[in-house]
Amino acid sequence: MTEPILAARGLRKSFSIGSGWFAAPDQLHALNDVSFDLYPGETLAVVGESGCGKSTLARCLAGLTDLTAGSFAVAGADGRAFIRDDALRFHRAMQIVFQDPYASLNPRRTVRRSIADALRLHRMCKREEERARVTDLLLQVGLSADYLDRYPHELSGGQRQRVCIARALAVEPKILVCDEPVSALDVSIQAQIINLLKDIQRRRGIAYVFISHNLALVRQISDRIAVMYLGEIVEIGAAAAMQRTFLHPYSRALFAATPVIGSRQEDRMRVPLTGDVPSPLHPPSGCHFRTRCPFATARCSEEKPALREVSGRLVRCHFAEAMSAG
Amino acid sequence: MSALLQVEGLSVRFPTTRGDVAALEDFSFEMREGETVALVGESGSGKSTAALALSRLIPESTGRVISGRVMFEGRDLLALPVHDLREVRGRRIGMIFQDPMMALNPVFTIGWQLAEPLRQHFGLSQRAARDRAVELLGQVAIPAPEQRIDQYPHNLSGGMRQRVMIAMALACRPSLLIADEPTTALDVTVQAQVLSLIKTLKDELGTAVLLITHDLAVVWEIAQRVIVMYAGRKVEEGTAADVFDDPQHPYARELLRAAAFASGGDGRLPEIPGTVPSPFDMPPGCRFAPRCASAREICRAVLPPLKSSAPGHAAACVLVGSAVP
Repeated sequence: MTEPILAARGLRKSFSIGSGWFAAPDQLHALNDVSFDLYPGETLAVVGESGCGKSTLARCLAGLTDLTAGSFAVAGADGRAFIRDDALRFHRAMQIVFQDPYASLNPRRTVRRSIADALRLHRMCKREEERARVTDLLLQVGLSADYLDRYPHELSGGQRQRVCIARALAVEPKILVCDEPVSALDVSIQAQIINLLKDIQRRRGIAYVFISHNLALVRQISDRIAVMYLGEIVEIGAAAAMQRTFLHPYSRALFAATPVIGSRQEDRMRVPLTGDVPSPLHPPSGCHFRTRCPFATARCSEEKPALREVSGRLVRCHFAEAMSAG
Repeated sequence: MSALLQVEGLSVRFPTTRGDVAALEDFSFEMREGETVALVGESGSGKSTAALALSRLIPESTGRVISGRVMFEGRDLLALPVHDLREVRGRRIGMIFQDPMMALNPVFTIGWQLAEPLRQHFGLSQRAARDRAVELLGQVAIPAPEQRIDQYPHNLSGGMRQRVMIAMALACRPSLLIADEPTTALDVTVQAQVLSLIKTLKDELGTAVLLITHDLAVVWEIAQRVIVMYAGRKVEEGTAADVFDDPQHPYARELLRAAAFASGGDGRLPEIPGTVPSPFDMPPGCRFAPRCASAREICRAVLPPLKSSAPGHAAACVLVGSAVP
């Protein structure tokens, strides 16, 4: 087995919320004991609903927010120390693409300038090569040289996202964190961007952490899937195995709730999920999912299930074996 | 069954500094009582403009309905005096929008907001309106409605706010509910709850639903008839079964393939090349022609009219009815 390019161990991130003058602030645990490995050239999808911590995970990995506890290694080097000592080199290894490409491009800079800035900051090439490099990067994301001197407002959403991807690729990263990269785009454009990302991955062997709320999409495009709920990974395993069945009741419910052309909701969800995601400020005792789980027992409120191996994947449920049996 | 709503030749323009944008062109359709019709399309397709225009909600300062007729329960909404229009909106036509936080007033309790239309339209007393509001909250499956009724919108979760919106929209038992992207802002597990709620209430109350969405899977879930829009025009119309099983317009066909996210053997997703044309630079012929694999010379020159392929199923494509796909 090759060495993982990214190894995350026990990641924790808490935010202090609403301190009064006298009251101690509440702690919001956005990430709780998140561990996983990512291998070169692989796509790991992280899925979950709003508030599950998936975007916090993206920001922590990309070095945009510091962790509260835990560690992650990028190509064997400690990520947190890496950011502290040589942030530029860290960002050359790890880049991020966000959901809203309009918000992540400077509206007053041309496409050429936005991409060239990344090249210059990281001293990726000589000044005289810059123009050729930017043109080449644009070509790689499927944009012609006509776009060099355009401003973001002159581009469509899909084109803007292509520019963001080109900029991320400028520093030749080993890992690309994609935080909902296609959620803001029209369906017909989503497929274009996904196919582009897959092509780039095949050519360059970049590993992707692909954050998404769309389970139907990630089942098609990822090698492994991690499902998150209230800051924790509840199930992680090979996407191929997850085509057939999920072992955690939440993953199962999430998939069943995803509308699919050609299958009725009532048929997919024999036991519909009730209620909303609980507040992450005061998550339920024991298993976080028990308040909405159709299979919850007394044990689920008393004893917090550990992430353990069942049928070749990791599941955080006391009854994963029973789910596995059907 | 008689037609509840008849829209004929509706065209809407938005004047801008770069010239007029034709957001909706020559749009016609009909809805029967109790029917669920979905307007589906991507951004810029004109679906939301259509919904706003037919309830006369486009502010006169930003856009103009330049032609068309909207017959609803025997009256032309576009010609109705404002006073009568108010009688129709809210009472006969209920509406829900994508973002319930924007549609609810943050400084009034949800009970007050729910009771207001009941007092306005039915002249109920404070007391009676409040009792009815509690009942409505129960109907949209909000737990402990007696307590919730005195809370403010910010006290509720996104899913619950959307339920309150639905309760408000249905408070006066309208004959038509316009739902503009009602579940787009919600998480999928909550979306599933809200969709099944809309389905249940529709069956109970017999309300017709005009659903505006970009999500074909949601359309498949609840619509009886589907209208596919592209770049301000209707390109296909038919029963859900017709459109999903046998789409006639190349755009509808490609969109359905893209929406399934089903990769072929090579791991690539089916995509539609190119982008939606800019409203300032519309192609002269069929608006989908620049992206269409089957486009011919004529497609780039002449706007294709709607052609019927089967009873109740029509598409605006010259290829409809011809043997070559």
